[in-house]
Amino acid sequence: MDNLIPLDLARMSVRDLNQYLHHELPKEDPAVRVDILNPNGMHNIAVGLDSPAKIDIRGHAGYFIAGMNKRSHVTVHGNVGWSVAENIMSGSVRVKGCASECAAASGHGGLVVIEQDASSRCGISMKGCDIVVGGSVGHMSAFMAQAGTLVVCGDAGAGLGDSLYEAVIYVRGKIHGLGADAREEPMTPKDLARVTELLIKAGLPTITAGFKRVASARSLYHWHADAGQEY
Amino acid sequence: MCGIVGFMARDASVRSGLGELVVPMLTCMGERGPDSAGLAVFSDPLAGGLRRYSFYTADRNFDWTGFLSQFAAETGFSSEIEAIESHAILVSAADPATVQDWLSGRDDPVHLLSAGRTIDVYKDEGHPEQIARRYSFTGLQGTHAVGHTRMATESAVSPAHAHPFTAGEDFCLVHNGSLSNPYSIRRKLEKRGVRFETDNDTEAACRFLEWRMSEGDTLEQALEKGFDELDGFYTLLMATADKLVLVRDAFACKPAVVAETSAYVAISSEYRALAHLPGVKEARIFEPVPEQIYSWTI
Repeated sequence: MDNLIPLDLARMSVRDLNQYLHHELPKEDPAVRVDILNPNGMHNIAVGLDSPAKIDIRGHAGYFIAGMNKRSHVTVHGNVGWSVAENIMSGSVRVKGCASECAAASGHGGLVVIEQDASSRCGISMKGCDIVVGGSVGHMSAFMAQAGTLVVCGDAGAGLGDSLYEAVIYVRGKIHGLGADAREEPMTPKDLARVTELLIKAGLPTITAGFKRVASARSLYHWHADAGQEY
Repeated sequence: MCGIVGFMARDASVRSGLGELVVPMLTCMGERGPDSAGLAVFSDPLAGGLRRYSFYTADRNFDWTGFLSQFAAETGFSSEIEAIESHAILVSAADPATVQDWLSGRDDPVHLLSAGRTIDVYKDEGHPEQIARRYSFTGLQGTHAVGHTRMATESAVSPAHAHPFTAGEDFCLVHNGSLSNPYSIRRKLEKRGVRFETDNDTEAACRFLEWRMSEGDTLEQALEKGFDELDGFYTLLMATADKLVLVRDAFACKPAVVAETSAYVAISSEYRALAHLPGVKEARIFEPVPEQIYSWTI
């Protein structure tokens, strides 16, 4: 416990907190742990981190939590607002409660776990990160998702995977409508292995029965000169 | 960007401290809307045939006592008035048409902000913190309240363009977002005799819903029609004499978060405006889903 650093947002600004996390934490010591107290819905907590530290945010937090995260492992013990782990590069971000819109938007790498529900546009334009949602996701999730995997243990809202590129979505519950060019495909043993691997990584029960695979039909990839020639 | 806040005291003991709980919510949301702000506060209905009327005038040294005596002399209704600077609340047995007609015959620019048996409305230009201080919001008591902090995007910054908007009696609405068809709604309503006071998009939503209610719809039924009629982005928070009602547009473009405990229902654009509320850490906290009507009754 010697390496546990408590930082209290009731006593310091978010700017000072982030400056500390950027400049004062050891760059290569994975044993460093930081406890952030009294987040009280504040925005931009623990953004732009680049060290292997473990960061715990003790309470509900606001927008852009752990944005652009690199290598750090951030856990929020509560809910978060919009755009948690936005543009995550590596490391992990875990939300013990629910996440509002645009969770892990345009994430390049790393793992984002939302233990309860994520709202609309979860994984929008994701570019290689993995997202595991213990509950359901809202409408337009994985919109224009380019690479990476979205696992949803609950239901998915309307317009799932609209204009999808090469990201793959797995949903255990009900899909309330697929977006343009997204299609359901058969689950292969490779898909089951991938879902199992991500559920284990996320620390969620490895119940794989009922998962459906959604991927791009790739019909929007190319301009069809002959299609709809009504001009 | 604008901020919305709403609060309903479920536990009667919370009512006396309503202002103290709501002011930090409004001030916090000043970061989303620093131009102007407003607050509607509802209290128990006045007995008998009495109604409450909220007025605003730009002149902070306005002679409200003279205003009251002229009102009594010219309408025949002896009434009471309570004034702070630009704002006054008149309690009178006069009906809204009488008050409106009397007001429109005067030269001084006094605007009627609200009418009803339960509602008082305050709105003004400036940072929400200043406005709350100017009108002593912390001392307000009541059953429920709806507030707004405005960052104007589509019409002028003025007290008249600030929210809440009201129409009819005991009804108000605040809006975060922008409507793309307020003028077509307005043209439809004006043909039916509905009068507008500003060119603000939110006023179109407010008057549309009140028009539906005057035609016999409940607010919930009016909102179902509103989902078809209102085009644009919106989180709308409304209040009537005994209800708070919240909706978000089909794309949920504008935020909202709700915290419910046995003592209160609190609504805001962002959780940080609720973080100071007693017991909020144990509250049921959720984000409203698109095109679903959330309604709480006292």
